[in-house]
Amino acid sequence: MTVSPTSSGPLTLLRHRLFWPVVILVALLLLNVVFTDHFFSIEVKEGHLYGSLIDIVRFGAPLILVALGMTLVIATSGIDLSVGSVVAISGALACLQISDLGDQDSVGGVLGAAGVALLLSLVLGAWNGVLVAAVGIQPIIATLILMVAGRGLAQLITGGQIITVNSSPYKLIGGGYWLTLPFGIIIVLVVLALTAFLTRRLALGLLIRSVGGNAEASRLAGIGARGVVITVYTFCALCAGIAGLMISSNVSSADGNNAGLWIELDAILAVVIGGTPLSGGRFSLGGTVLGALIIQTLTTTIYSIGVPPETTLLFKALVVTVVCLLQSPAFRAKVVRRRRPAGVSPVAEEKVRVHA
Amino acid sequence: MAPPGPILRMRGIGKRFPGVKALDGVDFRLLPGEVHALMGENGAGKSTLIKVLTGVYDIDDGEMELEGRPAAFSSPLAAQQAGISTVYQEVNLCPNLSVAENIFIGREPRRLGHIRWKRMRHRAGELLHRLDLDLDVSAALSTYSLAVQQMVAIARAVDVEAKVLVLDEPTSSLDAGEVAQLFRVMRRLKEQGIAILFVSHFLDQVYEIADRMTILRNGRLVGEYLTSELSQVELVGKMIGRELADLERLEGRPLARETGPLVEARDLGRAGAIEPFTLTIHEGEVVGLAGLLGSGRTELARLLFGADHAGTGSLRIAGEAANLRTPRAAIHRNLAFCSENRREEGLVPDLTVRENIVLALQAARGWTRPLPRRRQDELVAKYISALNIRPADPEQLVQNLSGGNQQKVLLARWLILEPRLLILDEPTRGIDVGAKAEIQRLVAELSDGGMAVLFISAELEEVLRLSHKVGVLRDRRLVAEVDNDEGLTSEVLTETIASGAAS
Repeated sequence: MTVSPTSSGPLTLLRHRLFWPVVILVALLLLNVVFTDHFFSIEVKEGHLYGSLIDIVRFGAPLILVALGMTLVIATSGIDLSVGSVVAISGALACLQISDLGDQDSVGGVLGAAGVALLLSLVLGAWNGVLVAAVGIQPIIATLILMVAGRGLAQLITGGQIITVNSSPYKLIGGGYWLTLPFGIIIVLVVLALTAFLTRRLALGLLIRSVGGNAEASRLAGIGARGVVITVYTFCALCAGIAGLMISSNVSSADGNNAGLWIELDAILAVVIGGTPLSGGRFSLGGTVLGALIIQTLTTTIYSIGVPPETTLLFKALVVTVVCLLQSPAFRAKVVRRRRPAGVSPVAEEKVRVHA
Repeated sequence: MAPPGPILRMRGIGKRFPGVKALDGVDFRLLPGEVHALMGENGAGKSTLIKVLTGVYDIDDGEMELEGRPAAFSSPLAAQQAGISTVYQEVNLCPNLSVAENIFIGREPRRLGHIRWKRMRHRAGELLHRLDLDLDVSAALSTYSLAVQQMVAIARAVDVEAKVLVLDEPTSSLDAGEVAQLFRVMRRLKEQGIAILFVSHFLDQVYEIADRMTILRNGRLVGEYLTSELSQVELVGKMIGRELADLERLEGRPLARETGPLVEARDLGRAGAIEPFTLTIHEGEVVGLAGLLGSGRTELARLLFGADHAGTGSLRIAGEAANLRTPRAAIHRNLAFCSENRREEGLVPDLTVRENIVLALQAARGWTRPLPRRRQDELVAKYISALNIRPADPEQLVQNLSGGNQQKVLLARWLILEPRLLILDEPTRGIDVGAKAEIQRLVAELSDGGMAVLFISAELEEVLRLSHKVGVLRDRRLVAEVDNDEGLTSEVLTETIASGAAS
């Protein structure tokens, strides 16, 4: 039911869904150039790519992963608050197992540990999905359960301590390089390709949008909405689990309390900035990646332009507010309309007003 | 007679949407104290004209005058403040709020900033009383029937000093008694000098209530006529631009061949929804369901389709016992159900026409086996042209289509599954004569091709025209099952509905 003034030509670019997120990302990057010399330069050292841009993607990788899973959940008009806890649990379980290994550098042992951690993530995701789809609890409440309980579970796994590991294969996941690229970026690319395959080449995307757009109509059209929803929550937890491995690998330790803290909020933010409405029914994977990159760039920017630490959060909130407003078609329409009525017929409007 | 000057005059109104010219040079006027019907097929531009009038859309071309002064409304609120009130087809109220709150929402009587609840309830009661309604105004709106909700919407609309009242298909979900009540209210408002713009697809109702009518076709003005000077046949001819013969041609169709039973329901029932019923549907047979609103027609259909679980009884499909726990199971057994509630139970508004059409087929295949895009395009193109869906753009969002075309999209969704039983719940409600004839012809063709159809409609004529057999429902019970032969007329059927027994 949205009707916007029509136009064509060069404005089509302006109307593209991802136009504003791209503009914001570019603006943030340009801002960095002012404060940091050689911000855009990328160089190869010892066969590895280095540079600020690479760092943004590398440090943003866990957020991109979590946000990708979150995108699909939100597209079914759900939400998953438990991803932060899953991040912590997955990292904790992997590190616990690795620390128990006789030889922490054994590739098989690390693979096994990562596999078990991801398996547990899948189970946790399926648990969320079952609560939402089969039991019928509202998503925000259903996942709140695991958000709270999951932190406890993570602490139980670590025994309340920070587990540190010293394993070079494990270190590779979050901090290593492969084919000159940071390994984290490769993981993101693989997961992104997998998600795009599932949703675009296969019909999962259509069914997700249908369930998110009108659940009852979807049921009557014969869609196994329950299965779709469980799949989506499971996928989301899997993404969070991988992100958890990355985060703990990057610092070679697992902290049940702080790993992935508040990442669910950043992920939801990334999804929204990327143009996926919280009401569901539509989603944009590219938008989500952009959104996550914007958030990561913002974090980088805050450090590089030297925002005083005590105002960091406020600054971030301000920027995010502006980004969300710019990105909202309703808000833009309002601004445009307010500027325009002078041209329409002020006299006529005046008369009507007087009359009323 | 010299009629008083028009209260509203629109000249040369034009409105374009991407790829569609919805209105093109339309003139329209409304006189005070008249009921003016706006007539036209789906997609003729009725809804667009109303939305332009009520400030939902801005005008691309043309001008509008209210009481002789130029007017342009930037929002529905501005239109309302200028005295143009609207009651839309789907009631736009908050069912969780009380009747009184709904009437006064946004303009509650206040003193020192807080709401004067007592006064609000009192005034609401008074207002409804003037419309011959006696309701508990502090009860939630949802506790009342759709018809009463509609009256509440009208009460709200006229209380804001309306000069023009726009009623967009107010009767589409009302039964005869409720329509009569609505008409009483309309006549009373008319006496008070309010100009009423009335949109309805029921020609008889238009002839009963309207003084004058304006006919649109394909976004253009056909003309303005006095109701008393234009016969129904002429009217329909002007609306669809061709003769009415199409509607009549279906009469006298042969009974279905004797074929095996496809669906056999035995004592199927669900507490609170429908009493146990026994019904057999043969292949190629059209079974009509007749009965008043709320008599259990939809509930019966939903049980057959597994949309609700049956509490009692058994169901056999093609000779095999079937326990349908979900629509999905029903679809696997080649059943299809086109709900009467397009917006809530049919369409997925954010998907395109193509996606809506292939949805059920894709769901049946599962998400791991996507329907190749080329095959989708073929199927969709085929049904867009076969059902004459307009605009014929598969990538258009379905929410941008008019009601009749949305209905066709839903039909297409089920037809591509090639079901053995197609359940159509009010497929012609709220759509115009032309599309109605197309859908009726389609039903006849499908049944000739061997498909069984369960046809539910509030219009007895339609049920009689299409069905081989008619099931009559009353008070959530299937009270009679009558063969549609020479002896069955709408009078007999009405009698059966009223008395609850076959003659």
